[in-house]
Amino acid sequence: MRLPIGAFGAELSRLRTAHGPALGRGLVIALPYLWLAVFFLVPFLIVLKIAFANIQLSMPPVEPVVTWTADQVLQLRLHFSNFAFVFGDELYVAAFLNSLKVAGVSTLLALLIGYPMAYGIARAPGAWRNVLFLLVVLPFFTSFLLRVYAWLGLLGRNGPINGLLLALGVIHEPLQMLQTDFAVYLGMVYSYLPFMVLPLYSAIEKLDLTLLEAAADLGCRPTKAFFAITLPLTKEGIFAGCLLVFIPAVGEYVIPALLGGPDTLMIGRVVWDEFFGNRDWPVASALAIVLLAILSGFVLLLQRVQARAGDG
Amino acid sequence: MNTAPAPRAASATPAGAPYVRIERLTKRFGDFVAVRQVSLEIARGEIFCLLGGSGCGKTTLLRMLAGFETPTEGAIYIDGVDVTAVPPYERPVNMMFQSYALFPHMTVTQNVAFGLRQDGTARDEIESRVREMIALVKLDGYEKRKPHQLSGGQRQRVALARALVKRPKLLLLDEPLGALDKKLREHTQFELVNLQDKLGVTFVIVTHDQEEAMTLASRIGVMRAGEILQVGSPTDIYEFPNSRFVADFIGSVNLTEGTLVEDEPDHVRIECPTLGATVYVDHGVSSPPDAKLSVAIRPEKIQLSRERPAQSDNVLQGVITGIAYLGDATRYLVRLPTGFVLRVTTPNLFRREERHAHDESVWLHWHPSAAVVVMR
Repeated sequence: MRLPIGAFGAELSRLRTAHGPALGRGLVIALPYLWLAVFFLVPFLIVLKIAFANIQLSMPPVEPVVTWTADQVLQLRLHFSNFAFVFGDELYVAAFLNSLKVAGVSTLLALLIGYPMAYGIARAPGAWRNVLFLLVVLPFFTSFLLRVYAWLGLLGRNGPINGLLLALGVIHEPLQMLQTDFAVYLGMVYSYLPFMVLPLYSAIEKLDLTLLEAAADLGCRPTKAFFAITLPLTKEGIFAGCLLVFIPAVGEYVIPALLGGPDTLMIGRVVWDEFFGNRDWPVASALAIVLLAILSGFVLLLQRVQARAGDG
Repeated sequence: MNTAPAPRAASATPAGAPYVRIERLTKRFGDFVAVRQVSLEIARGEIFCLLGGSGCGKTTLLRMLAGFETPTEGAIYIDGVDVTAVPPYERPVNMMFQSYALFPHMTVTQNVAFGLRQDGTARDEIESRVREMIALVKLDGYEKRKPHQLSGGQRQRVALARALVKRPKLLLLDEPLGALDKKLREHTQFELVNLQDKLGVTFVIVTHDQEEAMTLASRIGVMRAGEILQVGSPTDIYEFPNSRFVADFIGSVNLTEGTLVEDEPDHVRIECPTLGATVYVDHGVSSPPDAKLSVAIRPEKIQLSRERPAQSDNVLQGVITGIAYLGDATRYLVRLPTGFVLRVTTPNLFRREERHAHDESVWLHWHPSAAVVVMR
């Protein structure tokens, strides 16, 4: 009696190993894809549809793209005028360029500040490392909006920074810091710095220290070894960190809206104004699509650079 | 730090003088003493092997030679120059790392050229020396590959080429063959010795593998707990160990305690209760009478026979309890009437011969010179 049951069990486990994991893996992959399809792809398609629609006075304030006409024709009308308008108007082009500039400079600043931070954490003694790491993540425990608001207080005319500088006699009247580009950069770098530090930390921490010993052994001084060994081998962390900062920074709305001046022209604000101010959904959607295209272009470009560096 | 530094010799060390001199070197990590008062002299062109188990301090000693660790006390002289405080990037020393530590983002050529580029060597000289070195380690055709595209043996040779291309005064090798499989290791051992012979570079090798040490080294230093117990040629270390530890660490050995019962300048007798007999040794021992000693007899120095041997000393009887046929030799475990088990190795000289069987009663005997008496 024992033998057939044993054989059955073996067969069952064979089946399980043959099909079970494949099915399980499929499910595991399907779930996030389903999530992305419902909450990213479908909204994207809706935005894409609106970008090709015409504005009208109704709710929603857009004409349908697909219509069923009286003479039994399914009609698809794509208005490219919104895109033409977006590219034709200097304001929008300027907003795009300024957004890229602000995001680019913020990313660079975050990299310059984040790299030494990540390096310090990765090289800190074991117990310290966790504390320092926690300090980087700690800001996430409070709301992003609250933290940006906090800067309003800090940077204000009567805020503690001006107070301190006046008390020290460095300045004689309060500095205008809010509603300037300085405040926008400060807010950007402050808010996105953890996204730079985390991937850099994991890349630096992974670096085999004997490689630096080998470099020293071959006559390479520590500073030179940093540029010859450490930097190239943590390139992937640099790419990842820069993407994680740059992408959200380009479309950032809250920081320029709260800390920037009325002339801080960024695409996130322009989209907001078109959508809620002018109720021009098609133009707002077209702007969003163009932004997405630009960012996708950046990601693809970086991926190709990285792939080429990988094969060498 | 050093009251009398050696004069800086621009020229080579005179013949006979030590090329590398280590003076009472000590390294402490907190309360732990990794290396304790080690003094050592290594001649030019020598292959010196530091042999010991893990945690014996051999790697720390090597890292102090490379400059990665600063000695707590003592000094290191290389070619007459005190290098104790010289940083690694200024030492005339190169190291081959156990993990090879090849730069993963560089090709074979770039890896090998790295050291020369740091010195600002002229471009065409770098090119010719790198090419020469790559040819020497037989890596032609692999110049454009990156480390992850090479086999373990090829990586080992890149590491060797990278360390040798700067023509260091001293090459340090940390477990140079540890990551290779057995067949490749044997082959590489001889290649390494040939290469060293051709280039005349002084090698200091760290290994835990006694066979590696025996094949490569001209001299071996056996280390334990931060100290060097014995320095000598492979033959010295194997045939004339100066302590129980060295006798036991190198090769296989039968070790037992005994008491000196007859102490003559040309021979001694040691009573060994564990063997149930006295061991006759044909050399004198300088130790107080009745001293507790250890007797070490190598398994291959004991002979087995079915008939009682002619000699009267160093004869025992026992029963075979274990047999391992290894091809080139056979290992037997022989239990004595006292219960002590002796290891005996006999070479297989003939393809067909009547070998001993389990539970067979046999006679054991050995030459008066076979046993070694050690104090510790």
